[in-house]
Parts: sequence; C-alpha cells; structure tokens
Amino acid sequence: MINSFVGNLGHLMTIVAFVSALVTAYAYIQYFRANEIEKASWRRFSRISFYIHTVSTVMIAFSLFEIIYNHRYEYFYAYSHSSKALPVHYMISSFWEGQEGAFILWAFWNVILGVILINTNKFWEAPVMVVFALVQAFLISMIMGVVIGDLKIGSSPFMLLRDATQAPIFQLNPDFVPEDGTGLNPLLQNIWMVIHPPTLFLGYASTLVPFAFLMGGLVTKRYSEWIRPALPWAIFSAMILGMGIIMGAYWAYVTLNFGGYWNWDPVENAVYVPWLILVASIHTMITFKKSATALKTSIVLVIMSFILVLYATFLVRSGVLGDASVHSFTDLGLSGQLLIYMLFFLVVAVFLAARAWKYIPTSEKEASVYSREFWIFLGAITLSLMAFQVILPTSIPAWNALVESFGGISNMAPPADQVEFYTRFQLWFAVAIALLTSVGQFFWWQKIDKKALKDALVMPYIVSVLISATIIVLAKVYDWKYIIIVLAGTFTIVANAVILSKILKKSTFKLAGGSLAHIGLGMILIGIMFSSGYSDVISINMSGLTYSNSWEDEMNKEHVLLWINKPTQMKDYTVIYRGRQKKVVGVPEYVPAKILESTGNVNEAIALQDYRDHFKKGDVVKIVLEENDYFKIDYLQNETLKFSLSPMSQFNEGMGGLISSPDSKIYLNKDLYTYVAAMNDYEDPDWKADENYEVAPGEQFHIADFVTYFDGAEVLKEIDGYQLQEGDVAVKAKLRVLDYDTEKLLEPTFIIRNNQVGKLPVIDTELGLKVSLENILPEQNKFVFKVNQYQKDYVVMKAIVKPYINVLWIGTIIMLMGFTVAIFRRFDEFQKMRDKGLE
Amino acid sequence: MKKGHIIGLGVIAIAIVILTTSIGDASSYESFNTAWEMKEDGEDKSIHVVGQLKKDEAGQVTGLDVREDKVSFTFLLVDNDGTEQKVFYNEPVPADFQRSEQVVVIGSYRDKEIFVADKILMKCPSKYQETDVQAAGM
Repeated sequence: MINSFVGNLGHLMTIVAFVSALVTAYAYIQYFRANEIEKASWRRFSRISFYIHTVSTVMIAFSLFEIIYNHRYEYFYAYSHSSKALPVHYMISSFWEGQEGAFILWAFWNVILGVILINTNKFWEAPVMVVFALVQAFLISMIMGVVIGDLKIGSSPFMLLRDATQAPIFQLNPDFVPEDGTGLNPLLQNIWMVIHPPTLFLGYASTLVPFAFLMGGLVTKRYSEWIRPALPWAIFSAMILGMGIIMGAYWAYVTLNFGGYWNWDPVENAVYVPWLILVASIHTMITFKKSATALKTSIVLVIMSFILVLYATFLVRSGVLGDASVHSFTDLGLSGQLLIYMLFFLVVAVFLAARAWKYIPTSEKEASVYSREFWIFLGAITLSLMAFQVILPTSIPAWNALVESFGGISNMAPPADQVEFYTRFQLWFAVAIALLTSVGQFFWWQKIDKKALKDALVMPYIVSVLISATIIVLAKVYDWKYIIIVLAGTFTIVANAVILSKILKKSTFKLAGGSLAHIGLGMILIGIMFSSGYSDVISINMSGLTYSNSWEDEMNKEHVLLWINKPTQMKDYTVIYRGRQKKVVGVPEYVPAKILESTGNVNEAIALQDYRDHFKKGDVVKIVLEENDYFKIDYLQNETLKFSLSPMSQFNEGMGGLISSPDSKIYLNKDLYTYVAAMNDYEDPDWKADENYEVAPGEQFHIADFVTYFDGAEVLKEIDGYQLQEGDVAVKAKLRVLDYDTEKLLEPTFIIRNNQVGKLPVIDTELGLKVSLENILPEQNKFVFKVNQYQKDYVVMKAIVKPYINVLWIGTIIMLMGFTVAIFRRFDEFQKMRDKGLE
Repeated sequence: MKKGHIIGLGVIAIAIVILTTSIGDASSYESFNTAWEMKEDGEDKSIHVVGQLKKDEAGQVTGLDVREDKVSFTFLLVDNDGTEQKVFYNEPVPADFQRSEQVVVIGSYRDKEIFVADKILMKCPSKYQETDVQAAGM
C-alpha cells in the first residue's frame, strides 16, 4: 500500500520552509529599518519566522529519512538510493547520495548555523540573517519540485516512483510498490562516506557566515568591524572544509581504486579552490586586525570564497562536467537555478562592495619588506594564484558550454594527464607557501630588522638543513625537486616549532594555532612528496607472455594475474591468492565463501561446515552485504607467511560491473596498498567438452593439470538433502585433487534406484572443475569419471607501496588542531568585545 | 618603482604563464580522423575522442579482446563521425565497460591500426531506467 502521508508532509514542509525563508528575509529587513519602538516586535517576529523555518527544514530532513528508514520504495528517492540489505548507518549515506538529499543537508546546516548566530550576536543579527534567509530560500527552491507550465523549479525528493518513471507496471497497477530498492552505490558503502558529506557540507554552509557578516558590514557601513565576528567563523569554515577534503581524500584512498588519495579530478578541485581562497582570506583578515591593512583584499577574498563554493556546486551538479569527470552526476535540470543562485549573490556582493569601495579605509603606507604584512600578503597572493591555476583548466567544460550556448564550437578538453599538469605548478607554489610561513611567523611575533631576522633564522636554517640531509640520505631522496621539497618542508616545521616553543614559554597555548597549522603544512608537504613521488608499483607483470603487438611488450603492465593457490613473485614478496571470503555477522575475521551457501534470502547463508567456534554446519548465518567478496591474498617472505590482505570486490548488477575497494598493510613508515582490478566470473560458467577417465581405486591420474588420487569409494547410508529408499544403492567416490600446496576432496556420488542411475556431480568453483561419477565397472574394478573444465579462479591485482603516507595524515591532524586553537582564540576575542557592548 | 608594482608585475607574469600553459596543455576533443591527421603532422599530444563501443545487430558489444593475462585489452570504438577504430588499453577491463553508453578515450595513435588510450572515461546509463523498475517488480 502506498503511504503518501510522509511524502505530502515532506512536500508541505518544503513549501513552508521556502515561504518562511522569504518572510524571515523580509522581517529582518524591517527589523533592521525599524525605529527603536518597533524594533523589539519586529525582532520577535523575525525570530519566530526563522524558527518556523528551522523546524520545517528539520522536518524535511526527517520526512526523507523516514522514507528511507522504513523502506518506502513507493518513493523514487528510497527506491533509487536505498535497499533492504543496508544497515542503518548506510541508510544515512543513502540520504545524501542523491542531490536533493545533499541540498537538504546543506540547508540543515545553514539553519543550525543561523540559530547559533541569532543567539551569539546582538548588533549583527538583522543584516546577517537577511543573507541567511535569502540563501535558504534559494536552497529550498532546489527541492521544491514545482512545475509551472514549462518551468520546473527544483527537484523534489518526495516524488512517488510512479510519477518519476513511466514504467509500464504502473499502468497495470498504480499501487505497485517494488519489493526492494536498487541500493546504495557500493562505493559509498563506507564509513567515511557516512561522515564525509556532512563535514563537507558544514564547510560549505559555514562559508556563508563570514560572507554574511561582510554583507552586513557593507550595508551598515561598518566597513571594518565585521572582521571581528567573521574571523572565528572563517577559521571554523576553513577547518571544517579542510577536514571534509581530507576525509574525502582518505575515503578515496581506502575505497576507490585509482591508487591514491588525490587525483585532481574536477570534483576534488571544486572544493580545493574555495578552501585555498578561504585560507588566504583568514590571513589577510588577521593582518587587518593587527595593523589595519589589507581590508580591501579581505573583502574581495571573502566574497570570492563564498562565490567559489557556489561555482563549485554549479560545476559539479549541473552536469556540465559530463565528459570530463570520472564522478557521474546526473543533471536534475537545476543548472539554470544554480546559475541564478550564484549570479544573484555575485551581483549583490559586487554591487555592495563597489558602492562602498571608496569609503573603505586603506593604509597609504607602503608595507616594508621587514613587516609581517608584506609576507602575509605575499602568502595570500600565492594562495590565490594556486587557486587560479586549478580553477582555470577545471572550468574548461563550463567554457565549452558557454561558447556553445552562443552558437560557437569549442573542443577544448581538460589536460590529458591531470596529475602531472597540476602537480607541476602546485608543487612549487606549495614550496613557496612553506617558506613564506616560516619567515612570516618570525615577523609575526616580533618586530624585526635585517640583522634580527638573520639571527632568528640562522639557527632553524642550520637545524633544518641537518635534518633534511639525514632524511635525504636515509630515505634515498635523490631527485633535486624532491630534495627542495624536503628542505622547504623541514624548514617550515623547524622554524614554526621554534616559534611554538617560544610562545609556549612566554604566553598561552591559545596563541599557538598559527604555528601548529604551519607545522602541519610542512608535514603534509613532505608526506605528499614521499607517498606520491616515491609510490612504487610492485605488481609488475612478468608473466612472460608475448603480446599480439611487439610494442605491447614494452609497456609496463602494472597488474599481476594471480591464479588460485599459485605462488607468484612480486618484488620482495611471494603472493598467493587463497580464494574468496565473506564477512559474517558476529565473526571478527573473514569466512571462506566456499563453506557458505546462500539461502535465497537477502544477506543470509547456510553453513556447509563448522567454522571455529563461531558456527556449526547447518547453521543459518547473517552475511554483511552478501555481494561483497573479500579476496584473500597471502604475502610470504622466505617461505613464511607474513600477513594476508583481503581487498574487496563485488559484481554489481545495478552498476553493471566490478566495484573494488583496496586493502592495505599499514606499517609505521609505509603502506602496502592493494586492490583487485579484475576477477573471475563463475556465476554462469561456460563448461568445456566432457573428458572421461577410467580409474581404479588407489590409482593416481591427472584431471586437467591437477594430480589426482582416487582413494576409493564408499557405500552411503544417507545423503545430505536426499531421501534414500529401501533398495537404493548410493556410492561416493573420494578424489583428492592437488593444486600446489593445497589438497581438495571432491566426492561425486552415484545412486542406483530401480535400475535408474542418478548422479550428483561436484562443482569446485575455485579449481573450475565439474566432476561426476558416471559409471562403475565392477568386473574391471574401475570407476568412470566425467570431468568438465572451466577456469581456475583468479584475480588480477595491483599493489603499490606508498612510503611515509602516515606523515601526511599526521600533518593534516596537526593542521586541523592548529585551526581549532585559532577558532577558540578568535571567538574569545569576539565575545569579549561583544560583552563590552561594542558589537 | 614601488614594491607594490613589482609584486603586481610578478603576479601578472605568473598569471600569464598559468593562462598560456592551461591553454597550451589543454587537450582537445577530436574525431579519429582529425586525431590521425594530427599524428601525421607529428603532434603527439594526448587527445580526447568521444565514441561508442561497436555493437552487433543484437546489441552485443563486439570486438572486445582481452589479453590472456587479463591485464590489458583492445576494443572497437566508433566515434561520433562513425569512424571505427581499434583501441588498446593497458589496464584490466573497467567496471561497467560493456554497458557504457558513451566512452571517452584519452590518448594518442601508435600507428594507423591502433589508438592507445592512457585513460578511459565512461558514461553509464542511468540506473533508474524504466526496464529496471519493471524487472525489479517481477
């Protein structure tokens, strides 16, 4: 039965949220303009209106989650993003798999931030909340799903399946509800995908806060006062956005199989660019607070960071990237709406800034080379250039679309080798940034002239050269580019560590944010250099096959084919593929797939054998995501087993192919990263022609390439799953098949009932064999076996060693800690001023 | 000259370098014919070709030839002008490959017979097709 209540509720709440957002904007404008007598009542009204908006936004989210959680597949959203087999935490991922859910998430964070701002600000409430309410109106309109004539406003997640598709089934039965949904993209079935999108969207949402304060400042002619309340939020936003980016990178590293954490894909670039600009704006804002310079730059950067977030959203979600990105985003027909959203705020911001431009205070004094302003300004410029270098090629598809919309033809494509292209610039910019931070920090904390600077820098310089030399020698860094990176990275770490220790000695930890973040930056730089620059593919194929073209021989084959049980040499390791495994509820390790047989129910199997203490033969066990196969790969050195890895892979019907997730062996100083690139499909084997063997008990013979012993036969009293009757004769033959170091027992059975012969063949998917006992020849004491071959099980695998990747992860954590410290310090400053009644 | 001007000039210079390399290193969308002409003109730059896998009358993908060691394969791609070309890809067959509606190969010609792809992008049919809903209902 179709439940239309929740959907109607959600839809109603969407409309309430949209209307209340507009009302809130209007009310706050009135509050802002009202005279002292009316102010209080306008404020009360505005707040009530915003709280109504808040509640309805939360209700939208609740309705959508209710639909997913209760498996209401009559709704398109649940049907296309969820399925019954999903555990609850992945239902949360289903929520934001679709674009509509992502917009709801974004709107949700905005209202949370709005409520916090209402309760922490006095003076700024009205202008800031006007901007908030307008943004909310735009966001909610994305999920309105209202059609007026040919004009479609938004795409509603509360659409029923029968309205969303023209499937013929609905003509027969309009009340038809599918049994199950099509499921969540398996790549998103990862714990990082549960927390990465909310973090990223909180980052997106929070870029609105400094922007809103800026707009408020421009409207109220408080051209410089907006910085104080905006600064802690700008740092917060950079911290959260940075965390979101790192989580995304880590998710890519542990889930996707492109072999790394960063691929310069347009989708990644689209978050990286606003983050760079945001970081630049923080620096100029801090400078302004110290010395009243760089206000105009700050204004431009804050506007840019907010607009770039919208531009990124537009690029990623309008379908304009189409042929350019490996991430597939479908166009929901929102591109026009997104464009209006972006252009509206761009025009308003540029107008307000331009109008105020000549009143904005500037410092006439030229910044000295020995001033912090000079160095920080250089840093902000470098960050902006970094952003420019990335956003330009990323926008090529948008440029093509623009040219084509005016009737032109543009066949430009993004650079073919993105990693090489972007790295060539970003690397040197990053080195420049690293050096600027270390010098800049010295200027920051003390007034310095030429001589003092020399004194301050000599010690860190010598120490970092010594440390670098050690790193270079020990880790064998002989490429001149990488040597420079090591030097720059270590110099940053050492110089900032010196500052940090001085700060800690003299004053409080509260001031340590900057130096901590910069130490993190140095570590990130070194970590990236090692893990990417020295990443080493060890799965080089040396199969000795000759290819059809001679030049193919010259190409690096960066994968190995592993036949089951067959040891293969791979650099320092001997690797052996040992078969597929499943994850079973309540069992800590993976369980061999061959001892489990599906019951036909979702995620349920029957055990064919006892398994340790966990379950007995015949038990029904629960499987975690049954489509997932974990391929057990043993790693041996000197003939002893060192460890096993179990990279995951699944054949996904919905996605029509192989989905792989890597598994890594994590050492302190490196990761050994492996993933499955191709696997054997034994669902529907194409059996080769019959081969017949006549063998006497005790004899040894060959099935295919396998040495096989026929150990004899026994007469059975009972057979599993088969009713034996009086007079039946059942005989089981015992074959021992050797494959390298493993031995397999295959026991085909032969039944005679009333002169009728029944055969129960055995199929071994791992060896790719089907063996049946065809006949027994008592007079010759021989047994006849029929064998069909398919293919031994195999995987094609890639293995990469990534040295010192942990330096990168630790560096990011330290950097985020630095941001956090800075947030507290800046928020504290704001609070003190506010409580004095100054703001 | 003031420092501000020097910095300004430096920024403009770097921006110009970025702009020219972005345009210079930008690849382009080509057809197999124009790609071959480029190759004959001695230009070895990687380019993008958009096309579809060759299919037989029954709609089955034909011409897919996976190497014995399964770590590389060749296939037939028909570009938007209808030119058919054998393409080599030095990786195992990617997921979704045979189901893709559209394939973008990024690479260059080795010789007239073979186009070597360094990278493949695929556009896959949306999973919410009408037939799917029906199949799910059966």
